[in-house]
Parts: sequence; structure tokens; C-alpha cells
Amino acid sequence: MIEARNLTRRYGRTVAVDALSFEVRPGSVTGFLGPNGSGKSTTMRLILGLDRPHAGEARIGGRRYRELRWPLREVGALLEAKAFHPGRSARSHLAALATANAIPRARVDEVLEQVGLAGAAGRRAGTFSLGMGQRLGVAAALLGDPAVLLLDEPVNGLDPEGVRWIRELLRSLAAQGRTVFVSSHLIAEMALTAERLVVIGRGRLLADTTVAELSAGSGSLEDAFFRLTGATADYRANPAAEAAS
Amino acid sequence: MTAPSGRYGLAQAVRMEWIKLRSLRSTWWTLLVTAAGTVGIGVAVGLNTRDASGDVTNNALAGVVPGLLLTGVLGVLSMTGEYSSGTIRATLAAIPRRPLVLLAKAVVFGFVTLLVGEAASFTAFLAVRATLRHGVAAPALGDPGVLRAVAVTGAGFCLIGLLGLGLGAIVRHSAAAVGVLVAGVYVGAQAFGILAHGVAAYMPILIVENSLSTTRPVTCGTGAASCPDFLSAGAGLGVLALYAALALVAGGWLLARRDA
Repeated sequence: MIEARNLTRRYGRTVAVDALSFEVRPGSVTGFLGPNGSGKSTTMRLILGLDRPHAGEARIGGRRYRELRWPLREVGALLEAKAFHPGRSARSHLAALATANAIPRARVDEVLEQVGLAGAAGRRAGTFSLGMGQRLGVAAALLGDPAVLLLDEPVNGLDPEGVRWIRELLRSLAAQGRTVFVSSHLIAEMALTAERLVVIGRGRLLADTTVAELSAGSGSLEDAFFRLTGATADYRANPAAEAAS
Repeated sequence: MTAPSGRYGLAQAVRMEWIKLRSLRSTWWTLLVTAAGTVGIGVAVGLNTRDASGDVTNNALAGVVPGLLLTGVLGVLSMTGEYSSGTIRATLAAIPRRPLVLLAKAVVFGFVTLLVGEAASFTAFLAVRATLRHGVAAPALGDPGVLRAVAVTGAGFCLIGLLGLGLGAIVRHSAAAVGVLVAGVYVGAQAFGILAHGVAAYMPILIVENSLSTTRPVTCGTGAASCPDFLSAGAGLGVLALYAALALVAGGWLLARRDA
């Protein structure tokens, strides 16, 4: 269970996250949707305690991230950017994280196997493709066998086979009763992966609903999304200009 | 997988930092070059030592000054590399109590650079002893002040390395932090050496050269009036330790307060 209560964060004069409150429940994949710049990554960073909120708070299983006893055993996170040193092997990267939270060393090889990196475990991670880097990030998230998973744009850089792999992985993790919170700007992908949705625009909550409910009133989830976020997008191509060109 | 009782602490953070430090090839190359440079330069200076009345031990330790730069830079990079690569987010996700991360880095890096520094310092001294010529008598570790000079010089590597680590935590960008380190340790020493003699004695590199690696108080001969009063070995070591501690405390304070 992830709870955001009145979460607020400004950067200079820009309000990135604006009094955001929502709950992410266990047992299903919850998609986190919003246009670029709507505050999805900032919200994820606030939940993980990487950035500080100016107001409000985020709790995981009732506690703030900083209060967790063995954080990686409770929460697994994949953030948008790479989070490993290019000179270190995938195995060493995971071994360092494992030992920090008293996770058995055998678990490192298990997750490497699970994400399909067993054959590249000893290679310097700097030589990895974007997709392999994402897989290493997923391995790090799964390392502590956590009940809560946060993934920021996990399908970025993955080939079609990788996209399908992530989708099935997330659904199976949720089916095991875990809380799975996954951000994306790819609506079609979310329609396939998620059951629940949290939609934000300009840092504000636009909808906390299910995929079925949101698409019910519109032709498709995409149409529903545009109807919902239409007023909040920071920029939009001018249809008249496009037609003229 | 059942979680053990208790909570992550310094022991877990230290183990993590040890794996991180040793799993980068650049760590070992840098330390090897540091030690080889320290010994090589010492031997070269020793071979050209003709004045038997000078401080031959100090000459043998002449390679420490350039060697220190590498440990300082390695210290900087062990922090800034986390930011440039994004590893810092994974690190802080595992150990959210941030000062603990910097403390663990200081423990691991301080221990490794102390060992390497002592090895480099003693090896340089013994190598110079074996290669002196021009009839210069080789100093022995039992001679007055010699063991102390060699030992505290080795500790100098560790303290400059920790200073670099602290600066890395404060500045966060590799190039800028290395710039601050070089400016503070090397360039500043030259400027103050010319402009303000009283302050010069407190410049890190002059402490290493004139307080740590000497067996007797440095005098300036006939130009004594223009020579600063250099610190004793103990005071010099204390001042260097203070610099390292200040940089680490400031770095830890900022690490805990800033966005990662």
C-alpha cells in the first residue's frame, strides 16, 4: 500500500506536485499516467525520499520511506534514469545493494536469471544497451523480494519482446498480492498492463479510477486520457499549423 | 525470504561501500599508480641526493606530494561518480539515512588509503635507502624522527583522500570538485606561500612537505625571516585531520538536506 497525502513540491516558482493525494492498493497493477512534465517522476522521487516534499507526505505500508528497516526488502524501485556505475558489473552492482539490506547473496544470481542478464552479469554495465540497463534496474527492484514496487517508465528502451516481458512480469507480481505502481506516458501500454489508474496533470490529481471505468465513457482509454488531461498539457501541437504544413 | 530482525546500520553500509570501491577497476589502477609514483619519484630524488647533511628521509618522501593528488581525486570521484552515474539513487534507496552512507564511504576509503599510503611511504623510504649513491649515508628507521616521518606521511594519503571525499559530497560534480581540491591543496599553497607566510604553514601540501615528511624542523637557512613557522608533525597531522573532518561534516550535512 502506497499513500500520498497532500504531497506538494515546488522547484523555484514551478509547482511540480500540487497537493496530490492518492492510494495505491496491493493486488493489482496501478498505472500512473500524465503528460510529460506532469510530475510523475517527481512524485516517485518524493515517495522514495529522494526529494523532500514542501508539504504533505508519502507513506508505504504506513511508514515513511526513511523509517523503513530494510528498505529494499519492502520497496523495489526502478527510476527513469540509469542508476548504476558504467564501470561496475551488473553482479557487483546488485551484490552491493544486497549486502546493504542483508539480502542473501544467492538472490543476486536469481534476479539476474529472472531478468535475463545471467549471461552478461560479469560485464561492465556501461557496455549495456538501454534495454539491458532497464533489465538491470528491474533486477535491482526485485532484489529484496519487496511487497511494493515502483517503476518509472519501465518500458523505455525495451524492444517488443521486452515490453511484453515487463507487462507479464508486472501482472504476475500484482497477482502475487504485491502493490505495483508503474508510470508511463504510453496509454496503449497501460491499457494492457494496468487495472487501476492514477492520472495527473500539472502535478494535480485528475483521476483515481480503474481502466474500465475511465474508458467506459469514451471510445478508448486514449480518448478518455486526452479529455481528462486536455486542459493541463504544458504544450500541444497546433492542429491548424499542422494542417497548413 | 524473511527479513532479519533489527535494521540496516553502519555495518551494512560499510559492506556495501567496500563492494562498490573494490568492484571498480579504476580504484585499483589509481592506487597502483599512486604507490608507483610515490616510490618512483622518491627513488629519482634519492639518486640525485648529494648533500648528506640534508634531510634524506624528506627527499625519499618527495613523491608523496604528486601521489597525494591521486588519492584526493579518487576520494572526490568515489562520491561524484555516484551522481554522474545515477548510482546515488540506488545507494540512498538501500540506505536512506544519508549521513550513514558518507560515514561508510569514509571508513572504507580511509582504511584503504591508509594501507596504501603507508605501503607507498615505507616502500619509497626503503627503496631510496637501497639506491642512494654519492656516498650519502642511508637513514635508518631507528634514527631520530625517521619512523615518525615515514608513518605520518603515509597517513597523509588517507587524510587528503578523505578531504577529497568530503569535497565530492559538497560539490557533487567531478570536474568542479577536482578543481576545488587542486586549487585548495596545490594552487592555494603556492599563492599563500608567496603572499602570506603565516597562513602558508596551514596549507595542506605544505603541511605534508614540511611538517609530516621531515625528520627535523624545517629551517630556511639565511632567509629565515621570510620562512613561516611550520607546524610540528603532530600539529600538522591534526590540522589535516581537521580539514578532512570539516569537509566530511559539511558534505554529510548537505547530503542529508539536498535532493538526490
